[in-house]
Amino acid sequence: MSAKSHKSAGEAGKSATNGGAEKSPAKAVSIPSLSSQRSGAEIIVDSLLRHGADTIFGYLGGVVLPLFDKFYGSPIRVIVPRHEQGGCHMADGFARASGKVGVIVTTSGPGACNIVTGLATAMMDSIPLVAITGQVRTELIGNDAFQEADITGITRPITKYNCIVKDVRDLARTIDEAFHIASTGRQGPVLIDVPVDVEVAKCEYDGRVEMQLPGYKVRTKGHGGQIIAAAKAINEAERPVLYVGGGIISSNASEELTQLIAKAHLPVTMTLLGLGGFDQNKEESLDMLGMHGTAYANYAIQNCDLLIAVGTRFDDRVTGKVKTFAPNAKVIHIDMDPASISKNVPVDIPVVGDAKEILKELVEKVEYRQRKDWFATIAGWKKKFPMKYDRNSGTIKPQYVIEQICELTKGDAIITTGVGQNQMWTAQFYRFSRPRQFITSGGLGTMGFGLPAAIGAQIAKPEAVVVDIDGDHSFNMTMTELSTAVQHKLPIKVCIINNGYMGMVRQWQQLFFEKHYSCNSLLNPDYAELARALGAEGITVDLKADVPKAINKMLAIKDKPCLVDFRVEKEENVWPMVPTGKSLHEMDGLDILQSLI
Amino acid sequence: MKHIISALVENKPGVLAHVSGMFAARAFNIDSLVVGRTEDVNMSRMTIVVNGDDRILEQVRKQLAKLVPVVKVQDFAGEPVVARDLMLISISAPPGKRPEILALIEMFTGKVVDIGQKFVMVEISGPEEKIEAFIEVCKPYGIKSVARTGTIAMIRQEKEA
Ligand SMILES: Cc1ncc(C[n+]2csc(CCOP(=O)(O)OP(=O)(O)O)c2C)c(N)n1
Ligand SMILES: [Mg+2]
Repeated sequence: MSAKSHKSAGEAGKSATNGGAEKSPAKAVSIPSLSSQRSGAEIIVDSLLRHGADTIFGYLGGVVLPLFDKFYGSPIRVIVPRHEQGGCHMADGFARASGKVGVIVTTSGPGACNIVTGLATAMMDSIPLVAITGQVRTELIGNDAFQEADITGITRPITKYNCIVKDVRDLARTIDEAFHIASTGRQGPVLIDVPVDVEVAKCEYDGRVEMQLPGYKVRTKGHGGQIIAAAKAINEAERPVLYVGGGIISSNASEELTQLIAKAHLPVTMTLLGLGGFDQNKEESLDMLGMHGTAYANYAIQNCDLLIAVGTRFDDRVTGKVKTFAPNAKVIHIDMDPASISKNVPVDIPVVGDAKEILKELVEKVEYRQRKDWFATIAGWKKKFPMKYDRNSGTIKPQYVIEQICELTKGDAIITTGVGQNQMWTAQFYRFSRPRQFITSGGLGTMGFGLPAAIGAQIAKPEAVVVDIDGDHSFNMTMTELSTAVQHKLPIKVCIINNGYMGMVRQWQQLFFEKHYSCNSLLNPDYAELARALGAEGITVDLKADVPKAINKMLAIKDKPCLVDFRVEKEENVWPMVPTGKSLHEMDGLDILQSLI
Repeated sequence: MKHIISALVENKPGVLAHVSGMFAARAFNIDSLVVGRTEDVNMSRMTIVVNGDDRILEQVRKQLAKLVPVVKVQDFAGEPVVARDLMLISISAPPGKRPEILALIEMFTGKVVDIGQKFVMVEISGPEEKIEAFIEVCKPYGIKSVARTGTIAMIRQEKEA
């Protein structure tokens, strides 16, 4: 039994590679059958293909065997992770890099429960995913059957929508609705729970499906009057600042944003998820704002007379103390989600709709203004408080590693991260120039996201250089997925910023808990050895002088993953920092930065 | 302030869980939530009484509307509405006290729906304040149990000119 299943898995892998080589997504599959009756499993496969999902992520289990049997020999390429959480983050990375809907398939119970973190990650960052989970037979539901978990109950608050399909005749429609809901409006993950008997049951199916979503309305076009009001406010503003988030990326509005900035002459700051929305090499970029944002971005926010927020939700990591956020500003908020408007910060001119459409209209209505004083003030802040670190240090500074990665990849790589200091330094020291270039778990802050997200991104963009800049402990959480990358010969790069600590936690323990590094010394493996054991390349870097060499060597490897273990300064801190509960302009660490040469 | 929110929702499994789960997750305070069928077999109506300031109520409306199975959300605040609760209440009523109690029931236009040796069960409907007032006047006699539906409401028809 095990030998047989092993063989078929290998074969499926082979046919999957063939399928994946096909360029254009197939429109319909010809499943040989005499009548127009199709099984639930066949309907799922066909529906996935109708939605262009020719590459998906999935893990086996009892109740999804009928479905996986239909993947066998189908044009769908199924990437099998080593853990369903990894698979869900892969689907997420795939979605973020490509703009397409990511698909994850798991078995019931433990398989489904393992994607909870991945779904919550996607939910918080509004990433379009469709999760299909197997479920125990319909008549067993509610009886604590083997591998039964109430996954729709468990994931209700962490999905945009979820449901269970108990009748095969509802299956095709529900899948269509799932793709529609996931990919429109404020995007997000949708989960469909499919009992195994529904996979097997048959019904008439010809690929023509009609959605029934009376309660789902998406507003794309902004209110004309509001757009005029917004344009007027922009034209009158002396000290405006744009503050943009992940909505710019998901609505593909980067071009329109760039036009608006050029035409009206506006400075712009981005949230963690907004990075890449505007080219950071341009003068108008104030880089990231918020808790670990630049001083010049945070000062600009606190001193502006008009705040133009686009595709962003005034998260507490961005605003600091909400009451004193942008205290003198009139606020324009352009967002897809009406519920985001005035949720945390009162808004003067709300515009609900798709950022791309609204910015396009706005570009036509704004006028150029020089705003000489304002730009001079900002230039002054930039000059006085640039992002810095100790370049002369003999040890490897984490910021130096990231700067070097940026330089040697010509600022053009797709970057994923872990969570913690590694993530903040990456946001601070890599210069992003285009959307979908920076892939990070912002809202949930999920350690372990970096590696699987890099795998998903590399699968979506085979030609791109994909680098996971990770923390040692973030990497520890999902490092098993290195095997997945090796199996698929993915040339992803894993750069571990190895400080031997949960560095961000250590920083807080140092600053707020009297340096009690409680529970913060874990044993790490030799990562390069580990990488080699799994079939990847592994490099250890102990000396500062070896950093560029190692990065170049890593970049030269094209047929397998390469991991570089950078043994960095252990107790470096991320500055500046707005302590929780403080206003954005009350940044700690500016003196430290200024004392550096 | 108390608001009555009326939500038209799809009549399918899981909808109540979507709505009540959202209220719990976002820490909104529900006074009562009533679900019932409507004239359309595909739709149900939820009437939700919520407590909160303007900012919270705005979020309640928006978050409700955002749920996929929720078709329409109306806040009845400031509208001319008819709002009703239905209550069954069982009151201790020894024979000596019965005339008194029956008089009260009549005053409140309640209806006796069951009589036992020691108790009467009363059906009473009306605005919430009336129900509350009735409970108050019954307290001295001893209340055995109370079952209430929570508020349902509808906007009054506009008067024709
Ligand atoms: C799954 C998960 N568990 C716990 C945390 C809390 N947390 C935030 S940062 C951090 C430390 C991260 O350590 P590491 O990956 O080594 O990154 P560093 O800060 O050292 O760069 C922890 C534990 C989290 N964000 N995610
Ligand atoms: Mg670390």
